[in-house]
Amino acid sequence: MLTIPIETQILFAGILFFLGLIGLLVRRNMIFMLMSIEIMLNSAGLVFIIAGNHWKQPDGQVMFIFILTVAAVEVAIGLALILQVYHHYKTLDADAVNKLRDQNSK
Amino acid sequence: MEKSTFIALLPAIPLFSFLVLALFGNKLSRKATGFIGAGSIGIVALLTLIIATEFFHSLPQIKTYTVVVWEWINAGNLKVNISFSLDSLSLVFCFVITFVGFLIHLYSIAFMAKDEGIKRFFAYMNLFVASMLILVLADNILLLYLGWEGVGLCSYLLIGFWYKEPANGYAARKAFIITRIGDTAMIIGIFILFITFGTVNIHELMQLASAKWASGSSIAVITAALLLCGALGKSAQLPLQTWLPDAMAGPSPVSALIHAATMVTAGVYLIARTNMLFSLAPVVQFAIAIIGALTLLIAGFSALAQHDLKRILAYSTISQIGYMFLALGVGAWSAAIFHFMIHAFFKALLFLGAGVVILVLDEEHDIFKMGGLRKKMPVVFWTFLIGSASLSALPLITAGFYSKDQILWFAYSSESGSLWLWIAGIVGAFLTALYSFRMIFIVFFGESKTLPSFNAGKLMTVPLVILAVLSLIGGFVELPESFGNFHPFSKLIENVLPVVLIKDIGNLEILFQLLSAVIALTGVYLAYVIYFKKPSLSASFNHSRLNRFFEKGWGFDKLYDTLIVVPVVWLSEIDKNDFFDWMNIGLSKLALLLNSLFSITQNGKLRWYLMSFVIGIAFILTFMLYK
Amino acid sequence: MDVFFYIAVAIAIFSTIMAISRRNAIHALLYLILSLLAVSVVFYLLSAPFIAALEVIIYAGAIMVLFIFVVMMLNIGLEKSMEKKWLNPRMWIIPSLLAGILLVVLFLALSNVGSLTENKGDILPKQVGISLFSTYLLGVEIAGILLMAGVIGAYHLSSQNKKVTHRFLEKK
Repeated sequence: MLTIPIETQILFAGILFFLGLIGLLVRRNMIFMLMSIEIMLNSAGLVFIIAGNHWKQPDGQVMFIFILTVAAVEVAIGLALILQVYHHYKTLDADAVNKLRDQNSK
Repeated sequence: MEKSTFIALLPAIPLFSFLVLALFGNKLSRKATGFIGAGSIGIVALLTLIIATEFFHSLPQIKTYTVVVWEWINAGNLKVNISFSLDSLSLVFCFVITFVGFLIHLYSIAFMAKDEGIKRFFAYMNLFVASMLILVLADNILLLYLGWEGVGLCSYLLIGFWYKEPANGYAARKAFIITRIGDTAMIIGIFILFITFGTVNIHELMQLASAKWASGSSIAVITAALLLCGALGKSAQLPLQTWLPDAMAGPSPVSALIHAATMVTAGVYLIARTNMLFSLAPVVQFAIAIIGALTLLIAGFSALAQHDLKRILAYSTISQIGYMFLALGVGAWSAAIFHFMIHAFFKALLFLGAGVVILVLDEEHDIFKMGGLRKKMPVVFWTFLIGSASLSALPLITAGFYSKDQILWFAYSSESGSLWLWIAGIVGAFLTALYSFRMIFIVFFGESKTLPSFNAGKLMTVPLVILAVLSLIGGFVELPESFGNFHPFSKLIENVLPVVLIKDIGNLEILFQLLSAVIALTGVYLAYVIYFKKPSLSASFNHSRLNRFFEKGWGFDKLYDTLIVVPVVWLSEIDKNDFFDWMNIGLSKLALLLNSLFSITQNGKLRWYLMSFVIGIAFILTFMLYK
Repeated sequence: MDVFFYIAVAIAIFSTIMAISRRNAIHALLYLILSLLAVSVVFYLLSAPFIAALEVIIYAGAIMVLFIFVVMMLNIGLEKSMEKKWLNPRMWIIPSLLAGILLVVLFLALSNVGSLTENKGDILPKQVGISLFSTYLLGVEIAGILLMAGVIGAYHLSSQNKKVTHRFLEKK
């Protein structure tokens, strides 16, 4: 099968993860932040599949199924919350929802 | 249960009722508060009676009952127990504290009935009685000091009872601070005693002191002088007497109980208890006599010039305690205790009576605004008259005659006595008669300037009557040789305190008694003339500078103010922002600074938090890799 | 075989970079779908065909579609001006730096571990199924409860107060 060393495989998954991380930190629009989280989840699942393939056990794929489930639910609820925030604040700016802060400063 | 263990109950019951009133006072009704407050003292009075009968039965074999309750301190050399011991001296004090205290508590139920702080009042009063009982029943000097401080605290709390008036708080603080000066000297004396002898038990201390210290040695003099300072503070003698007239800001029952009958006599108790030390330092003992003589004169003159009813009585108290100190100074120990007991009766009576007058006249304190109350308040008038008569030591019928007379006789005839001391005493007796009947004539005779608004109830008048009876017959337990030679009281006291040594001058006692009787009656007559019959004679004196000098207590307040208070206040004003203050301020400023710094990190922005996550993860992973 | 892996990973990385840097939300989502498809190819190459199918069906087919629906509902494609303001190149520096540091750390961590080579065969979907329903049965049940919770939560969180006019008919 594949003769690529496992370190390289995991490194590629890591690159995907860190791209998602960059996207999370840079973007200000909440939809994009949620999207970046999906990228990160996907790459984490990729690592599991890599590991499962390496040890030739089905556990990695089982784990990925669970991650997939969690991602689905999280997206559903996250989008519902974003909708509520949008209807309340009329904007999708993540910096607009900063009411939970220390009232003494600024 | 053996009767001697009742002794431990004596301070415990008022302490328990203090706790009940302090913790649950808000939920109790006024009636219940009065019942608990006065009832506990009543129970203690009853117990004293039971213990006294048991005590008298077991004389002369057992002279002291001791009961150890528990161990208080056990650290290295210092082993102190909570233990109480009762002997004749403590028994007399207990009797006075509980009986007079019970009557005063009954009176207070009616006196404080309309006051909103009545629960607080009874709690403090019970705590006071508990502390005073601890003081007189203490077996070791550290426990005595505990009671000493306890009564000081209760005195502060009760003087400043009506705390909403700032002047009352000032008077309370003044009392506490001045007695504090005495207390500090006393604790240093206690330290010296402990370091030298390794024990705090009073009995053992006295034995060791008489065995090891030579008479007149400097260490004995120093220790005795320090303990004397403590007694001076508590008993309001020269030079620490300035707090007692201002302490009249408290309610009248407080003045009666604390500042007439009990707390101010704690100094007398201390000196009597540690009499061995004073016998070993004759210089100090002589100083006691001199201080007593001077104080009684100064206070007597000051009382003559006052126009606040309670202040007259306050100065009178200072003066009478001066008599007790005079007796202690010449070695007439049982005479001092006898005068203490009689004084407690008539002084409490006078204060309670003054309280009725002030209450009924709607808080009028100035005697020149009173008058003609003889017909309006007959019971109060007659009891007040009996009290004043006892105070002036009118011959034969009043108890005061027998006690004061004994002191005057011993002031001359004791081995350490002298003619000058007797002269001071007799002048003081003249002044006493003068000012007390001045009080009577101005307040109860003449035309009435303020009308009483209501009649005093039974709860107030019955204690007055009981105390009046005691002021008359109390003296008959100690009749001098010329009248019957009946000495049960001094025989009782001589179980504990040494007998007075008399100079060999023959039986001149009756001559002295005659002289003092004549002087007292002269004083009464003079008071009648210049304050009642021809008031113009005294009116011109009222505005003179000498009168003002006497009224201000011979200028002691002003002296202490300029000498001590003003410099200290000036120094602390300069020292307002010194290094230690900056440390404290700096801490708070630092905390605020850190707060303002850290609150920047809590700006509520999601991306800021995410960034901090990532930075943290970067650090942690880097460290984990390179560990 | 290896070259397919490299191609698929290259496409995945490229499309992910495009996905996070687009201004238009729909564009970004479409690039993301492309990335997911590439990752699905990688899964197939890693002897997980079932998972590859699942990735396409569920992740790309359901989750991303949900995203697209929401984006269309919110009409945020029209808010380009805000995105222009928010997405200046200066913002990319520090996150890239941090992620780069982390990537370096990951690389170093991986290189410290010795070489691990095992290559013994294939994993059949049948194995996965059996493992799922015997060893991880509890996990499956919990996943089911989680999904139910998600459904109820999503329904509840989206409920709005009754309005007189439908919001599509409201003036914005």
